[in-house]
Amino acid sequence: MAVRKTKYEMPEQDPRERIKNFDEVPYGYDADTAIKEAQRCLQCKDKPCVLGCPVGIDIPRFIAAIKEGDFDKAIKIIKEKSNLPAVCGRVCPYEEQCEGNCRLKKIGEPVGIGRLERFVADYEREKGITIPSKPKPIDKKVVVIGAGPAGLTCAGDLVKMGYDVTIFEALHAPGGVLMYGIPEFRLPKEIVKAEVDYITKLGVKIIYDVVVGKTIPMEEILEEYDAVFIGTGAGLPRFLGIEGENLNGVYSANEFLTRVNLMKAYLFTEYDTPVKIGRIVATFGAGNVAMDCARTALRLGAKKSYIIYRRTEKEMPAREEEIEHAKEEGVEFKLLTNPIRFIGDERGNLKAVECIRMKLGEPDESGRRRPIPIEGSEFKIDIDTALIAIGQSPNPLIPQVMKDLKLGRKGNIEIDEMGRTNIPGIFAGGDIATGAATVILAMGAGKKAAKAIHEYLSN
Amino acid sequence: MYRIVEKKTLSETVKLMKIEAPYIARNAKAGQFVMLRIDEKGERIPLTIADSDRENGLVTIIFMEIGKTTKELGTLKVGDNILNFVGPLGKPSEIERYGRVACIGGGVGIAPLYPIIKALKQVGNHVTSILGARNKSLLILEEEINNWSDELYIATDDGSKGLKGFVSDVLQKLIDEGKTFDIAWVVGPVIMMKVVANLTRKYNIKTVVSLNPIMVDGTGMCGSCRVSVGGKTMFACVDGPEFDGHLVDYDNLMQRNNRFIEEERESCKLAGVL
Ligand SMILES: Cc1cc2nc3c(=O)[nH]c(=O)nc-3n(C[C@H](O)[C@H](O)[C@H](O)COP(=O)(O)OP(=O)(O)OC[C@H]3O[C@@H](n4cnc5c(N)ncnc54)[C@H](O)[C@@H]3O)c2cc1C
Ligand SMILES: Cc1cc2nc3c(=O)[nH]c(=O)nc-3n(C[C@H](O)[C@H](O)[C@H](O)COP(=O)(O)OP(=O)(O)OC[C@H]3O[C@@H](n4cnc5c(N)ncnc54)[C@H](O)[C@@H]3O)c2cc1C
Ligand code: SF4
Ligand code: SF4
Ligand code: FES
Repeated sequence: MAVRKTKYEMPEQDPRERIKNFDEVPYGYDADTAIKEAQRCLQCKDKPCVLGCPVGIDIPRFIAAIKEGDFDKAIKIIKEKSNLPAVCGRVCPYEEQCEGNCRLKKIGEPVGIGRLERFVADYEREKGITIPSKPKPIDKKVVVIGAGPAGLTCAGDLVKMGYDVTIFEALHAPGGVLMYGIPEFRLPKEIVKAEVDYITKLGVKIIYDVVVGKTIPMEEILEEYDAVFIGTGAGLPRFLGIEGENLNGVYSANEFLTRVNLMKAYLFTEYDTPVKIGRIVATFGAGNVAMDCARTALRLGAKKSYIIYRRTEKEMPAREEEIEHAKEEGVEFKLLTNPIRFIGDERGNLKAVECIRMKLGEPDESGRRRPIPIEGSEFKIDIDTALIAIGQSPNPLIPQVMKDLKLGRKGNIEIDEMGRTNIPGIFAGGDIATGAATVILAMGAGKKAAKAIHEYLSN
Repeated sequence: MYRIVEKKTLSETVKLMKIEAPYIARNAKAGQFVMLRIDEKGERIPLTIADSDRENGLVTIIFMEIGKTTKELGTLKVGDNILNFVGPLGKPSEIERYGRVACIGGGVGIAPLYPIIKALKQVGNHVTSILGARNKSLLILEEEINNWSDELYIATDDGSKGLKGFVSDVLQKLIDEGKTFDIAWVVGPVIMMKVVANLTRKYNIKTVVSLNPIMVDGTGMCGSCRVSVGGKTMFACVDGPEFDGHLVDYDNLMQRNNRFIEEERESCKLAGVL
């Protein structure tokens, strides 16, 4: 029997409906479709797909289990490597990672590995998660700073080895960007909570409202714990640095998304935190964060939602699927356009942005063609709200209170391939080390560091 | 969960609470603040740490009931819990022996000024405190501040206590009488800080102000609290909240503090607290 060339469809909410709610966009596979999709897998002996997964999930093996209808076995195989499968099955850029390496691509679409992972994770969650038996305790204490994907993964792996693990988290909720950044319609917060719940049931203690370096001085932490993992992320928002950026109506993507996701401003007045959206919203930037902003704006009632980007669609860093979703929902793309100043009314409210048209020149160091302004092409666009989504820098707090920590050029903490910093006993990983990257890379870094911490504490 | 162990009414609209928060109490310094969230659906709001008691692990907050969150906070009783309470945030005040210091507070800004006055006095400064309020019944912490000040002056808008007028009028009068100051601390409504800073600029008195922009996380992650200081954008929650009063763009701060004024009103109306 010839293999089907395309993935089985995953049903989705109609774009016209979904821009009126914050419910998740795709519905996920049912059991039948999952089994059929699993049957597409060729079970390649050399497992090229696994090489594409930063945490090395044994993909053919878990897919074989699905094919047999043994979903419990499938999830067990995934959990050998990943503590957050329901999250990764949703937000991983699998098209470049596991699926990007899939042999089926030669004849058509890869196996829907992300969709299958999501299916079994959801299956397990609905059924009730089983907690593995506790290992023999090791009498060593490890502290993890930050409850983002890097910290959660590192903590989960260490607790499974038997260590006594405590996470300190600055905010009132776990998940880092999963909770405050990625919107509900892409990653329901109930799912993040359930995955975190699993990690706490393994025995990890999470203590909220603790900004390490402020609430508890770093020296006290170093005294009390045998090893430290820093997973504080890339939370520092960048601004454009142009005139009018402090007008009312200009938000960083972080402020906007935190108000909406973490503080649930989309449910204002049931929740107390407000957000103001206006009629016309412009998002600056074209990564995942920008797509999330532009799509969130529509759901909050914006009549128009623009993405303003200085290069072309080809250079946009967002995942293809996200760009597709944004287009379906009616987000308008104004490409080869760069903002030069924001214009306000007499009360300091944003009312327009002046832009300049761009053309592409020679490739720059990132390999993308450099945008060049076209002189005299300035023009204005009326907008009420501007969302600045041009990136985040590593969180500066821990480096500020640990002066001897070696930093990279961009303020990131320097680590070796095992997640070791220049100070023995102190490890780091995720966005704080790499700059803003992906969930699965942060998890991969957390895993490596857990291994290195185990090695360090065993000697 | 953070338990309220003491509650006092300081004036019609100003309340004091002591909250059990041992880590914060242990590490708090003058000039720093906390972010709190009363319950699951609440907003995160910043309040200055007005005092801290290390032995008993208590943090004092003093707040004016001005909108939904502060009014709701005012209804909580001793023994009730606040869901989230995080700090100490922001940079501490730079407490040194400057010589003669003027400490100028207006309205609820007197609360955050109190620990600064205390700290300045403890290192041996000569402290002249000038407190202002709309009327006598809104004046808070007079006795406490008197205990730590070498001189104390009061101004009320209606003349019900002290000089009739503004704190800036008192400062002008003291300068006219020949008093000199090596540095001034000013905490209060934005407009008051602006007026006083304009005055001290004329006399070349270095001036520190404590800014109160709208915050979300309070840890440097969102930029909601950004203020323009000397033409540079700063995040008040991590770079401040104290800044050189002669460099702050007060008009922009006032504008930005009105960002959600309609929403705040609506939220109060629905909760029936306005
Ligand atoms: C809007 C948005 C959309 C994204 N979409 C995707 C996507 O679709 N797919 C994808 O793979 N990636 C996506 N990313 C990127 C991904 O979310 C991040 O790369 C990932 O979350 C990094 O994980 P982390 O654990 O390193 O840091 P974070 O998730 O940033 O977590 C760091 C945690 O540390 C806490 N912290 C910081 N300082 C302290 C301190 N001093 N004390 C205590 N706690 C502290 C923070 O509060 C935070 O909770 C997106 C990012 C954003 C912002
Ligand atoms: C670092 C810092 C320290 C502070 N310390 C104190 C303190 O010790 N005692 C105290 O009473 N207040 C303090 N404030 C102000 C306090 O945070 C606000 O009064 C509070 O957030 C209002 O919340 P609400 O929900 O009750 O009112 P809202 O309904 O949110 O607002 C009511 C009114 O207050 C204005 N407002 C909203 N947020 C702020 C803000 N952050 N600052 C000033 N005005 C605001 C609004 O424009 C509106 O007019 C401080 C603010 C900062 C940034
Ligand atoms: S974790 Fe991500 S990269 Fe790895 S198999 Fe799952 S979807 Fe693919
Ligand atoms: S490469 Fe594709 S077809 Fe081959 S084992 Fe992996 S998922 Fe299956
Ligand atoms: S309050 Fe978010 S950065 Fe200051």
